[in-house]
Amino acid sequence: MVEVPVPKEKWSGKVGTVVLGASTADSKERKVLSIGGETGMPFLSYEGLGNRQLIAGEVVDDTSELIEVAVRPFGDAVNDPAAWARKWVEEFGADLVCLRLRSTNPEGKDASPEDAAQTVLKVLAAVDVPLIVYGCGHEEKDARTMEAVSNACAKVRLLLGQAEENAYKTISAAAMSNHHALIAYSNLDINLAKQINILLSDFGVKAENIVMDPLMAGLGMGLEYSYSVNERIRMAALMGDRMLQVPMLCDVTSAWEAREASEENAAWGDVVERGKWWEAATGLAALVSGADLLIVRSPLAAMVLQDAISDLRGGK
Amino acid sequence: MPTAIEIFKHLPKKNCGKCNFPTCLAFAMQLASSKAKLADCPYVTEEAKAKLEASSAPPIRLITIGAGETKVEIGDETELYRHDKKFFHATRYAMTISDQASEKEVAAKLRRASDLRFERVGQVIALDMLAVRNDSRDPTRFAEMVKRVSRESALPLILMSQDPAAVRAAASAANLSRPLIYAATLDNLEGMAAAAKELKYPLAVRHSDLNELADLVEKVKAAGVEDIVLDLGVEDLQQTLERNTIVRKNAVRKTFRGLGYPILTNVIGKERGMAMALMSTMKYGGIVLMEDLDPAHAVPLFVLRQNIYTDPQVPIQVKAGLYPINNPDKDSPILFTVNFSLTYFTVAGDIEKSRMPAWLLVVDTEGLSVLTAFSAGKLTSESVAEALRSTEAMVKSEKGLLIIPGMLSRMSGKLQEATGLKVVVGPKESSGIPKLLKSL
Ligand code: B12
Ligand code: SF4
Repeated sequence: MVEVPVPKEKWSGKVGTVVLGASTADSKERKVLSIGGETGMPFLSYEGLGNRQLIAGEVVDDTSELIEVAVRPFGDAVNDPAAWARKWVEEFGADLVCLRLRSTNPEGKDASPEDAAQTVLKVLAAVDVPLIVYGCGHEEKDARTMEAVSNACAKVRLLLGQAEENAYKTISAAAMSNHHALIAYSNLDINLAKQINILLSDFGVKAENIVMDPLMAGLGMGLEYSYSVNERIRMAALMGDRMLQVPMLCDVTSAWEAREASEENAAWGDVVERGKWWEAATGLAALVSGADLLIVRSPLAAMVLQDAISDLRGGK
Repeated sequence: MPTAIEIFKHLPKKNCGKCNFPTCLAFAMQLASSKAKLADCPYVTEEAKAKLEASSAPPIRLITIGAGETKVEIGDETELYRHDKKFFHATRYAMTISDQASEKEVAAKLRRASDLRFERVGQVIALDMLAVRNDSRDPTRFAEMVKRVSRESALPLILMSQDPAAVRAAASAANLSRPLIYAATLDNLEGMAAAAKELKYPLAVRHSDLNELADLVEKVKAAGVEDIVLDLGVEDLQQTLERNTIVRKNAVRKTFRGLGYPILTNVIGKERGMAMALMSTMKYGGIVLMEDLDPAHAVPLFVLRQNIYTDPQVPIQVKAGLYPINNPDKDSPILFTVNFSLTYFTVAGDIEKSRMPAWLLVVDTEGLSVLTAFSAGKLTSESVAEALRSTEAMVKSEKGLLIIPGMLSRMSGKLQEATGLKVVVGPKESSGIPKLLKSL
């Protein structure tokens, strides 16, 4: 009989591993999770799977800009970050929680860094999974917020967002002194992704503390660019580029920027089902192109993606 | 195409010059760059000819199903990653109709099939094919249903049956244009291959073991069928990703040429089926066969296909210029946007919704979105002013008002200076445009 060869690539490099949630002194027993470690292209079991890809459920501490269809299954819990986080973990199978401190926005509620840090502590007390924390997207305020958050949570190993080319020093210094991991954000370009990792490493941040976010554009909103940038990053890592050998985070809540995700339109079918798949499709594209960690908004999409990850890993 | 050295190995090495080149090697070099024809050498053996033709065939055979405007073409791909060049022939989606379906069910499916048609960024995205499945195991009944479906829909057909007699019955009952026969398996190989050869229809071959599948394909070819589609018998996401990758990589890297055909994925289940359809779209699927397709699934699925099959070098763009919307006149305002299709169609759609007459100036940003173009220096107050001039926008509109995208508020001062128009900073999201236009 004919023998069809399995075209296994001989990669020389490997994606590094980052451990989250680990803490010896944390009052609660917190789950310890590892991401990365792949030795091949995504989900090719004959090249090497690495750690399981994880899902972080999004929680926001300010409800003013929520997309109702996306968060409907949480009901009233969206008014309380701790309750919201608990629902993610207990009902919808999130591996981590991603908390956005949107309340700190100077053009909005302008909550103080100290108040924001209190919110983080409350969420930490409510769940036993690792936590990702972001500011509000305001460069100067975020530096102060994240510094306060990092200092307040020195006993837990947080993943802090985000270090950017023009704003990385304060957050990196805080992360280093509190043993927190850091998100290295760049803008849809493999060279920029490498650049921020180099900046961080020159600043003294170790690779084991970096997770990179090369910007995942949502379905219908430039997804194809991200898909290809992610693939190229993974390949470069496997070919031995040390500065790209860190696990990859994709924020697939970007899916909700497309109007098809949440607009009522009879010809497009049920909006709940459509929105769920809009984000799930974005997530699947992120996984297949190299993501290790997804930030997800809709719990329905999160469940589809958890199943997909198990399925892609051969039922495990 | 094989290299000159590979071709040279198969030439007679007489160096006689009858091919109009001084030596066999010179001739080989011309062949390698497609500047000569193998037939010009009178001495080349039949065996060498066959070998060279096989190695210069495309890595994945192009298969055409159906005819005319609705025909689908799959295969003829050369890349493993879209960023290496591009993916050429987009995944096609097919929906199934059982030959045991009631009158009402058939009518509903056919209506749904024609409703699964949307326009997005100026392109039509739609369902591509229909499949009729021989659940009754009765050739006559199958033939009748095929006849009905082919009469009422122009979409290319897939004949789903285990029984060569049913396929032949369908072929003689209706006037079909190149439907795909689905499928030849271990059990019906000879009969199906004979039917496909005689009817000149493409044939799908199915086996879940790739080695066995390659065996079946060889036999089908030996029986004289060239137009083949592969069903890898996948049942979950991992199998879809891995088997499709193995087949595609072997074909384009030429490590194994026996499976150089497009892939059909017959997806199972509603939720997993949808996930498999998405997977197959990203990972080398030619046809995805589904029992049914809800519009809430079709929209994200079709848009994913549109994204993955976009040429990485060329964003989908529209022509720059001045577009009248809702019959504008001299009193209507000018709004400007960029020529990235996604942006243009979003903005134009929102202006239409407002029912307010307006001039939409589309500035050439080489297909980049508002902020991308701005950051890349391809959208400046000068380029906007120049577009206003070249389209004579200020002759067509005398209102003296220019509405700009909210994201470009920082440009407003300079623009006012450069154009002499009163600049109004619009909303960040174009969905806010109707409100703005009504308030003017
Ligand atoms: C996909 C993408 C790309 C693609 C290009 C896609 C394309 N064809 O434009 C690629 C990968 C090539 C790219 C490259 C770059 N990008 Co880019 N990119 C994006 C991304 C993810 C989506 C852009 C998009 O398609 N938006 C959708 C369209 C529909 O939006 P839009 O054109 O703005 O239109 C909306 C509104 O502006 C408004 N609107 C439009 N017209 C009008 C008109 C009026 C009158 C009104 C009222 C409203 C209105 O309505 C529309 C719908 O709401 C964004 C981030 C994001 N999530 O937004 C970054 C983003 C735009 N990119 C950015 C940058 C910096 C770049 C680069 C310069 C950096 C780099 N990576 O090298 C390069 C430059 C490219 C070059 N050629 O040199 C930045 C811009 C920063 C800034 N604030 O100025 C962004 C915001 C990312 C970020 N957060 O930092 N990018
Ligand atoms: S005609 Fe054939 S044998 Fe003669 S030189 Fe050309 S290739 Fe060689």
